[in-house]
Amino acid sequence: MSVDIDKPGAPEGASSTLAKSGDGVGDPGGATAAAVSGTITGGEQRGGSGGNLRSRAVGERVQAGLKRRYAAERRFRLYGLVAIAATLSFLAVLLFSIVSKGLPAFSQTYMQMEVLLDADTLGVSADDERTALRGGNFGGVAKAAMRERFPEAESRSEKKHLYGLLSTGAEYELARRVIADPELIGQRVTLWVPADDELGALVKSGANLADPDSIVTRLSDQQIGWAAQLQQAGELDVRFNTTFFVNGDSREPELAGIRAALVGSGYVLLITFLLSFPIAVSAAIYLEEFAPQNKWTDLVEVNINNLAAVPSIVFGLLGLAVFINFFALPRSAPLVGGIVLSLMTLPTIIISSRVALKSVPPSIREAARGLGASDLQVVFHHVLPLAMPGILTGTIIGLAQALGETAPLLMIGMVAFIVDIPQSITDAATVLPVQVYLWADSPERAFVEKTSAAIMVLLAFLICMNALAVVLRKRFERRW
Amino acid sequence: MSTAVLVMVTLALAACAYLYGRQRAWRVAGEVGGIRGLHSLPSHHGMMVALWCALPALAIVVGWKIAEPVIIDSIVHAEVPAAIAQNGERAVSLYRNEIENLIADGSAAGIADPDKQALGARLLSVRQTGASALTALALIAAGIGAALAVRRISAGFRARASVERVVHFFLLSCASIAILTTLGIVLSVLFESMRFFQQVGFLEFVTGTRWSPQTAIRADQVGSSGAFGAVPLFVGTLLISFIAMTVAVPFGLLSAIYLAEYASARVRNVVKPLLEILAGIPTVVYGFFAALTVAPALRDLGQSIGLSVASESALAAGAVMGIMIIPFVSSLSDDVITAVPQSMRDGSYALGSTQSETIVKVIIPSALPGIVGGILLAVSRAIGETMIVVMAAGLAARITANPLEAVTTVTVQIVTLLTGDQEFDSAKTLAAFALGLMLFVVTLVLNVIALQVVRRYREQYE
Repeated sequence: MSVDIDKPGAPEGASSTLAKSGDGVGDPGGATAAAVSGTITGGEQRGGSGGNLRSRAVGERVQAGLKRRYAAERRFRLYGLVAIAATLSFLAVLLFSIVSKGLPAFSQTYMQMEVLLDADTLGVSADDERTALRGGNFGGVAKAAMRERFPEAESRSEKKHLYGLLSTGAEYELARRVIADPELIGQRVTLWVPADDELGALVKSGANLADPDSIVTRLSDQQIGWAAQLQQAGELDVRFNTTFFVNGDSREPELAGIRAALVGSGYVLLITFLLSFPIAVSAAIYLEEFAPQNKWTDLVEVNINNLAAVPSIVFGLLGLAVFINFFALPRSAPLVGGIVLSLMTLPTIIISSRVALKSVPPSIREAARGLGASDLQVVFHHVLPLAMPGILTGTIIGLAQALGETAPLLMIGMVAFIVDIPQSITDAATVLPVQVYLWADSPERAFVEKTSAAIMVLLAFLICMNALAVVLRKRFERRW
Repeated sequence: MSTAVLVMVTLALAACAYLYGRQRAWRVAGEVGGIRGLHSLPSHHGMMVALWCALPALAIVVGWKIAEPVIIDSIVHAEVPAAIAQNGERAVSLYRNEIENLIADGSAAGIADPDKQALGARLLSVRQTGASALTALALIAAGIGAALAVRRISAGFRARASVERVVHFFLLSCASIAILTTLGIVLSVLFESMRFFQQVGFLEFVTGTRWSPQTAIRADQVGSSGAFGAVPLFVGTLLISFIAMTVAVPFGLLSAIYLAEYASARVRNVVKPLLEILAGIPTVVYGFFAALTVAPALRDLGQSIGLSVASESALAAGAVMGIMIIPFVSSLSDDVITAVPQSMRDGSYALGSTQSETIVKVIIPSALPGIVGGILLAVSRAIGETMIVVMAAGLAARITANPLEAVTTVTVQIVTLLTGDQEFDSAKTLAAFALGLMLFVVTLVLNVIALQVVRRYREQYE
C-alpha cells in the first residue's frame, strides 16, 4: 500500500489514493490523521465525492466513526484472545481427559486367596522337573480355592460367575511360586492375586458394593455380593500397580503391562540416534561449510526440505518395500523400525544442525584459519564444539518426534502382539505408541485406562526429552 | 570367520595402523629436526595409514556381500533338477528354501535325497570357500594398504590433504542420503504401483467410484468384488482435511496475529511453549482422544438435537486433526507476520489507522503469500496424517459431503491393506502402494509450491 500524503490539506489526487487503498474504514483513518494535524480543508470524502466541508463537520464525522472503529478494534483483539483461549482449552481438555482416565490404571485391586496346592488337582509332584511343573493345573487349584471360600455356589452357572471374579493372573502367580519352591506342593498357601478387571475397576472406583443397585457394571448381583463379602473380610486391597511396569502385553487387562513396549521403544530410539545423529551432523557440516554452489547441492537441499514434509506413512511404505522385501531384514524388528525412523528424523536434525552451525560467527573460523588450521580442523576443532548444544537440542527434538511416531511402524509390522520382552534388535517388538494404538482397539473397558496410562508414560518421556532440550538451549547456547 | 568378526578385526587392524603410522611420523620428524619439519601432523599420517588399511578391506567385504547372492543364485539355477526347473521360478525358490533349511546346521551329509544333498553340499562349499577367501583377501588387502601408506610417510608428504579428501567425500555422501531416500521412496512406491496398474487400470483407479479391495480367494465367494475405484477415498480425505482446515486456519491465524501484534513479551513466553506442547503430542494420542472422547460426545450431542451422527464421523476426526494442526499454522503465520517490516506498520499508524485496521489492511495482505504457503503445508500435513483417521474415521468408502457420516481416507486404507498377514503379490496389497504413490505425489506438489511461495516471500523482505 502506498500512501503519499506529505502535508496537511492534501490535494484531491492524494486523497483519492487514500480512498482507493481501503474502503470505508481506511478512509476515516486518513481523516483522523488530518484531524490530528489540525488543518482540515476537505477532500477526505468517501470515494472523493462531495465538495468542501467545514472542519467542524469533519471532526464530528471522525468522532462519530471513532466509536465504531474502537469497538471493531476491541472485537478484533477479542477474536485473537478467544482463539488462543480456545486452543489452550483444547489442550487442557485433552490432557485432563487422558489423565483422569489413566490415573486409575496406576493402582490395582488385589484379592487375598487361601489355596490348597493339592498334588492330585495339580497333576504334578514336588519331584518333577521345572518344565513339567509349568504344565500343572494351577487354574484348577485356584478355582477349588474359590469354591472353598464360597461354598454356596453350586450350580454350573454360579460357579462360572464365581470363577469370573478371578484373574488368570492368579494361575501365573501360583505357578511362579510353585516353580520357585516345589516344596509348597501339598501345602496351604495364602497369597494376594490380581482381581478380575471388572471387579478391580469397581473396587478402585470406591463403589458401595453392599448396594448393588447403585452400580453400573457387567458383574451380576451375586458376584457383587461375593465381592462385598470379600471386601468386608478385608480380602480386597487396592495397591500400586507394579504389574503395569514389569509385564508385557496381555489379553487380560489386569495383567497387561508396558515393559515390552518400553524396551522396544528404547531399542528403536537407540538405533535411530546411532544412525541419524552422525549422518545428519555430517550432512549439515557439508551443506553449511563446504558445499559448492551447484546443481547437486541445490538438489540435496530441495530433497531435504521436501523429505521434512513427506507424510510419515510414506516412509513406512519405503521401509516395507526396501528393507523388508528387498533386503529381507526381519519384520517387526526394532532394527528396521530404527532405520525407517532415522530416515524420517534426518531432515529435522539436519535443518536444526545447519541453523546451529550458521550461528557460529565467521570470526571464529577466520581466527582458526589465521593460525594455519585446515578446513576440516576449523570445523571439527572450533565450529562444531561451539555449535554442539544447538545440534543436540535439535537431535533431542527429532528423537522425541521419532518416539511418538506410529504410522510408519505399523507398515513394517511392529503391530504384533508382543508378550515377551525383546532381547535384541532383531526380535519382534512393539513400541509405546503402537501399544497405545493396539490397546485403544481392544474391546475390554479396562483397556481404556491402560491406554490412557500408557499415553501418560509416553507423554512423560516426551516432556522429559523436551525439558532436556530446553535446558541444553538455555544453559549452553551462546548468543554471539 | 563371520563377516561381523572380519569387520571388527579390520577395524582393530586400522587402529593399530593408526598408532604405528603416527609413531613412524614422529620418528621421521625426529630425523628432520622436530615436528616443525613435517608438512602434516603425525596424527594425520596415522589417520592416512589407518584409512589405507581399512578402506580397501571393507570395500572387498562389501563387494563380496553384494556378489555372493548373485553367484549362489546362478549356481542354484544351473544345478536345480530339470523336473523342478520347468515348474517355474516359484518351484525353484521353494526347492531352494528346503535345501537351505536342511543345511542350516552346516552339514549336507544327512540329507536323504541325493539331488538335494549334492546341491546342498555345493552351496555349503561355495559359501565356506567364499568366506575363507574373503577373510584372506580382506586381510591381505589391509596389510598391503597399510604397508603402502607407511612407505609414503615422509617429511614433505601432504597426509592432511589426503585425509581431508576422504573425510570430505564422506560428508558429501552423508548429505546425499537425502537424495537416496527420495529416490528409494519414489522407486519403491512406483515399482509396486506399476505392478498394481498391470492388474487394475490406472483410469479405473483414479475415476472409479467403488472401493472394495477384497479380492476373491475362491471364485464363488460372496462380497469379493475387488473394486479399486479410489474416488471415495479421495473425497473422504478431502472432506476430513477440509474440516481440519476450517478449524486450524481461523484459530491458528488469529492466535498468531494476537501473539505477534498484541501480546506482551510475557504472554508470548507463556503461550508459545504451550502451543508447542500441542504440536509435540504424538498423533496416536489425538487419535485416542478423537475416538474415545470427541466422537461419543458429538454423537450424544447430535442425538440430543435430533441429528444422527455416525460414531466414526468425519467431523470428529477432522476437528481433532484441526486442533493438531493449529500450532503448525500459528507458528508459520507468526514467522511471516513478524517478518513484515516495521516501517509498513508505522506508515499505517501515521495515517491514523487503528491496530486492527493496520493488521487487516496492511499486514495480512503483505504477509498473504507466506500465510498461504503455510496453509498449503498444513493441508499437505492433513492429507498425510494417519493415526487420527485410522483410529477415529471409519472404513466405509462412500462419497459424501456430509461431515456427520463416516468416511474413509487414503491413509486409513493404506494401513488397513498392509497390516496383518498379507500376500505380497495380491492386488490388495499392491493397491496400498498405488495409494501411497498418490499421497506422495499430491503432498510433494503441495510442498514444492508452498516452499517456493514461502521462499519468494522471504526474499521479498530480506
